[in-house]
Amino acid sequence: MFERSTFSRTAAAVAIAGLAAVVPAKAEDTVKVGLILPMTGGQASTGKQIENAIKLYMQQKGDTVAGKKVEIILKDDAAIPDKTKTAAQELIVNDKVNFIAGFGVTPAALAAAPLATQAKIPEVVMAAGTSIITERSPYIVRTSFTLAQSSTIIADWAVKNGIKKVATLTSDYAPGNDALNFFKQNFTAGGGEVVEEVKTPLANPDFAPFLQRMKDAKPDAIFVFVPAGQGGNFMKQYAERGLDKAGIKVIGPGDVTDDDLLNNMGDAVLGTVTAHLYSAAHPSQMNKDFVAAYKKAFGNRPGFMAVSGYDGIHLIYEALKKTNGDTDGTKLIEAMKGQKWESPRGPISIDPETRDIVQNIYIRKVEKVDGELYNVEFATFEAVKDLGKTKK
Amino acid sequence: MTSILTNLFDGVAYGMLLFVLACGLAVTLGLMNFVNLAHGAFAMAGGYVCMVLVNRMGWPFFAALPLAFVSSAAIGIALERTLYRHLYTRSHLDQVLFTIGLTFMSVAAVDYIQGSSRVFINLPAALQGQFDVFGVGIGRYRLMIIVICGLLTIGLQMVLAKTRFGSRLRAAVDDPRAASGLGINVPQVFAFTFAFGCGLAGLGGALSAEILGLDPYFPLKFMIYFLIVVTVGGSSSITGPFLASLLLGIGDVAGKYYVPKMGPFVIYTMMIVILIWRPNGLFGRTAAR
Repeated sequence: MFERSTFSRTAAAVAIAGLAAVVPAKAEDTVKVGLILPMTGGQASTGKQIENAIKLYMQQKGDTVAGKKVEIILKDDAAIPDKTKTAAQELIVNDKVNFIAGFGVTPAALAAAPLATQAKIPEVVMAAGTSIITERSPYIVRTSFTLAQSSTIIADWAVKNGIKKVATLTSDYAPGNDALNFFKQNFTAGGGEVVEEVKTPLANPDFAPFLQRMKDAKPDAIFVFVPAGQGGNFMKQYAERGLDKAGIKVIGPGDVTDDDLLNNMGDAVLGTVTAHLYSAAHPSQMNKDFVAAYKKAFGNRPGFMAVSGYDGIHLIYEALKKTNGDTDGTKLIEAMKGQKWESPRGPISIDPETRDIVQNIYIRKVEKVDGELYNVEFATFEAVKDLGKTKK
Repeated sequence: MTSILTNLFDGVAYGMLLFVLACGLAVTLGLMNFVNLAHGAFAMAGGYVCMVLVNRMGWPFFAALPLAFVSSAAIGIALERTLYRHLYTRSHLDQVLFTIGLTFMSVAAVDYIQGSSRVFINLPAALQGQFDVFGVGIGRYRLMIIVICGLLTIGLQMVLAKTRFGSRLRAAVDDPRAASGLGINVPQVFAFTFAFGCGLAGLGGALSAEILGLDPYFPLKFMIYFLIVVTVGGSSSITGPFLASLLLGIGDVAGKYYVPKMGPFVIYTMMIVILIWRPNGLFGRTAAR
């Protein structure tokens, strides 16, 4: 059985290679972007938003840049790192892509890192948010965010705004722990006190007992990080238990009030203060146009994942412009370093040293605008680098 | 003291919810001896039906609940007549493979139609929030769950123990050949029972959306809980899974409150301890069939 399948796989590989050899003419004028996203599974909304945003960008800006046609090859990894690796291998070896991009979760981005290094092609991370990612390969560049960026900012804001005692509730996995540690570090340094610390399992969304514990600890606020999707459950149960009436605020990175889900959460979410990179209510003209175009094309408002994808494809376009269509991976990654542009989220740039994103982090409060719930920005921390790295 | 009672209340509500979700499985698994791992898919169907009726068509929540039951039961009976009945006599492995396949298909289908993001059912204001009884926080929604599920349990027990249909079902389960010899239409009894189990799952799905969340992965996420309830409770009666659900619900909530660091493992630890003590479940029949 085993030998037979290896044989047929080899045969298939040879056949594909042969096919590629027969039709090389077009390859010269095409730039291929291998997009690896979770299109199924629990993270599918991330994949869908990024795919939509890239489609939108290419509709607006055309699919040729520097005389080359840009072709997107989408693969679904369902956020499973093994599948990410296989998909990246296929894209690099068979499809001969010039970029790999996407990556919904940290383990997926890490799984592809050695392949990017070996193949010397840029890996554009459009979602995954732990600090270590860009350090795993000199070819990785990120257009999303790191959890350190938003978690430290909200900690600083809380200290300055009379929040002294905080209980934390974070999901027990790498990004949750990143969020917790970076928050605690800045919050306690500023004189705050963490009175209760609860890590919730990823699988069980009934927050009742944890919330009861929070309520009994009587903190000024709860710091929350749960993966996008569980935010709604959390906020509903927070209100059900009357924590809002007990005067306990919710603060955290913006994942808990993701634009994708915000409207479903009900009025209990009003007044929640979060720090994040993007809100659909960001008041720039560019963002208004972006939100309108996205809504028109896909029927709902874009979230922070969509804007990360939009910026990711923009970075690829700009790098190609700078190299005049040269697809050498090393030249492309050099071209990406230090890029600066205006995004729907505000001014952003790529740190030439860490290849990570530098962006404004906004403090926002959930408010009702025209009958819909929005994260309305009221304070800005400009050009925030990833503190996970600069602290070293 | 009040926090103990609040936790107890939450635990009972959680347990009741588990029971309604899982008792249909107890019926198919225990009474009909059929391994139906697609049980959660029927629960999800009920949840989505309720969501569409309430959120998109503006039905009142309480009017949508019976429809969630009926639609899941209808899907159940259609599948039972066309697919399931061919597998009654097959091995458990065949049943597992078939039903798990069905589960994956339901996940993909709902993902395709509704999208993968989590949905919520718009609840009437009367069901939101908590009120205090001598300092004990009583969640309105959770109280409703306890009332509905409590009534259902009593009704179910009455049907099984006191009615003609109950005795026919028990006869059909114990010895299908003798039962059909006595003039009981065994396939019909099974089909009806199966549909009823699916209906209960659908109702459970609609009720649980608020607490557990509703997305296309519901059947996979909660399969383990259904199975734990049925294994711990034993599958020969309704009282077994009922008490098991309560025990697990209270244990789970208490574990997460008092020892949050190891909270999620409490439910598994309880299962292991109970199964070591009573391998057939709390109320399992000692004699194998």
